[in-house]
Parts: sequence; C-alpha cells; structure tokens
Amino acid sequence: MHIMEGFLPHPWWEIWFALSLPVVAYGVYRMNLIVKERRETLPLLAVSGAFIFVLSSLKMPSVTGSCSHPTGTGMGAILFGPWITSVLSMIVLIYQALFLAHGGLTTLGANTFSMGIAGPLVGYLVYKASMKSGLNLYIAVFLAATLADLATYLVTSLQLALAFPAATGGVLASFEAFLAIFAITQAPLAVVEGAVTALMFKYFIQLRGDVLVKLNVASAGVIQKLKEASL
Amino acid sequence: MKLELIVLAVIVVFVAAFAYVSSTGNHEWSGADGQAENTISQLTGGTYQPWFQSIYTPPSGEIESLLFALQASIGSIIIGYFLGYYRAMAKMKAAKAADESEGKTNARPAR
Repeated sequence: MHIMEGFLPHPWWEIWFALSLPVVAYGVYRMNLIVKERRETLPLLAVSGAFIFVLSSLKMPSVTGSCSHPTGTGMGAILFGPWITSVLSMIVLIYQALFLAHGGLTTLGANTFSMGIAGPLVGYLVYKASMKSGLNLYIAVFLAATLADLATYLVTSLQLALAFPAATGGVLASFEAFLAIFAITQAPLAVVEGAVTALMFKYFIQLRGDVLVKLNVASAGVIQKLKEASL
Repeated sequence: MKLELIVLAVIVVFVAAFAYVSSTGNHEWSGADGQAENTISQLTGGTYQPWFQSIYTPPSGEIESLLFALQASIGSIIIGYFLGYYRAMAKMKAAKAADESEGKTNARPAR
C-alpha cells in the first residue's frame, strides 16, 4: 500500500522526488546498456517487471484484519540490481497512480523511494551477503525478497512519520503508529512473496541457468549443482 | 517438486490464518493505506487535508477491480509467455542434441 495522493505535505514530497529521480535516471541509463549489449537477458527483465506488476495488483488479507499488497521487487533486485529495479517499480507506480487512484503522482517520489530503491537495495544486499556466507540459493532468494518487501513498508512508515510527527513523542511515536499498520500487515505477505520468488528462481535455473551466470546471480558451479538436485 | 510443496504449504498457512482471523471478530479488511489515513487524521487532530486529488478515480468498485485484474493479467501473460518460450527452447535443444548423437552412432547419411 503506497502513500496516497496529496498525503505528503511540502517539503517532503519534493525531498523524496529529489532523492528518487537521480536513481531512476541512472537506472534508465543502466537499462539502456542492457537492452543494447546483453539482449539475452531481456526476457528476464520483462519477467521481473511483470512480476512487480502482478504482485502489486494483488491486495491480500492479512492477520491484522486489513489488506495490503506485496511488492515483487526482490526478483528484479537479485537479477538486475536496485538501479534497474527502481525504473521497473516507477513504471508500475505510475500505472497505479494514473488509472487506479492508488498511490499518487505527488507521492510518486516517496513511493518510488520506498518500493523501488530502499526495498530492492535491502534485497540486493541481503542476497549478496547470504550467497557469500554460503547459504542455499533458494534460501538466499527467499530472505532477500521477504526483507525487500518488509523494508519497503518500513520506509513508508518512516516517510509518513517524518511528515506527521506526533504532538507528544514526535517522529518516533508516529513511526510506531504507522509501523503497527504497515509492518504487521505486511509480514505474512512478505513471507509468501519470498516463497513464490524462490520458486520462480527454480524455474529460471532449470530453463536459463546460463543467463543467471551472466548476470552474476550465481557461479556456474552453483547453478549446475542446483540443476542436478531435484528440489 | 519439493520446493513447490513448501511454497504450497506457506500459502495454505496464509489462507488458514485469514480464515482464522476472519472467523474471530469483525474485521473490515480495508486497505492499510486507508488506515494510515485515519492515523494521519488522529496525529494532526483532523486538520490535514490532502492538497492534491487523484486526477482519475475509477468510478466504481467494479471498474477498479477490472483495472486491477487487467494489471495482473498483463503481468501473468508476460511471465507465462517467456517461461513457456524458455521451456520449449530447452526441449528443442535437448531433442536436437539427442538427434545428433544418435546420428553419429548409427552413421546415418546426411539428408
């Protein structure tokens, strides 16, 4: 669930735009390089974008008695890194802001920052750290996608708390209030998203393990082992 | 199949949690963003007014769900298309490789 249209006052909406736009601009540049030079990875780029498209349209009920939707950005972050994922996320956010009155154009900067930059960055770092520490690739993907999803809503809560500090307790008190809404609702959804993303990686490895090696997702040896294991 | 079963189990637990929470007490199942709106209203004492309205709002719940379904289906088509494409490619490659190795051992004349 994104910050709604008009719900970020001056100067916050400008600040988040200022932070997001350079990242997205560099992401567009990186994406152009991939389109030109590594065409064999394009299908996975399309699938990563489509995955965000699908998952962010699914508003699911959670244990809190309210609904939210997953983000789907973990996959793009693992395959292509946070820069390119920020572009994919912004496209989805623009679609939802224009046609669904979900999120908003004035809050696009803030929502791109939480969903397209902070979440994917956390996912990317968690994935790289997990692989380095020798965890199984599917567990690494699960952790990365789950934490990318959760981090997104942590940042959303922080963005709202900064804009609306409580009269008593200030930013910290509001942060807790927004966390209670977003983070708890999101936790079960994040776990489901992590599991489904891990399953998608199983198919990627079976079908196009060679492209994953080219994208530096894992070494050829790791991919070969996972291909042979009948998990 | 093992990973599929694990994912299925996760989804079953998720649905069971929904069924359980649903059966105990009244819940609105409203969006988390709407609840955040209430919190903002409480924090500011009801003084905050959104300063910009969505330029287009789906005129009804039906049309909104149509647009959400459209979003999900477009995404699903793309995912399904490429996974299917990859699967067929892998099969053709395997068949070709099998054909070639067979061709060598039987020493069939090239057509």
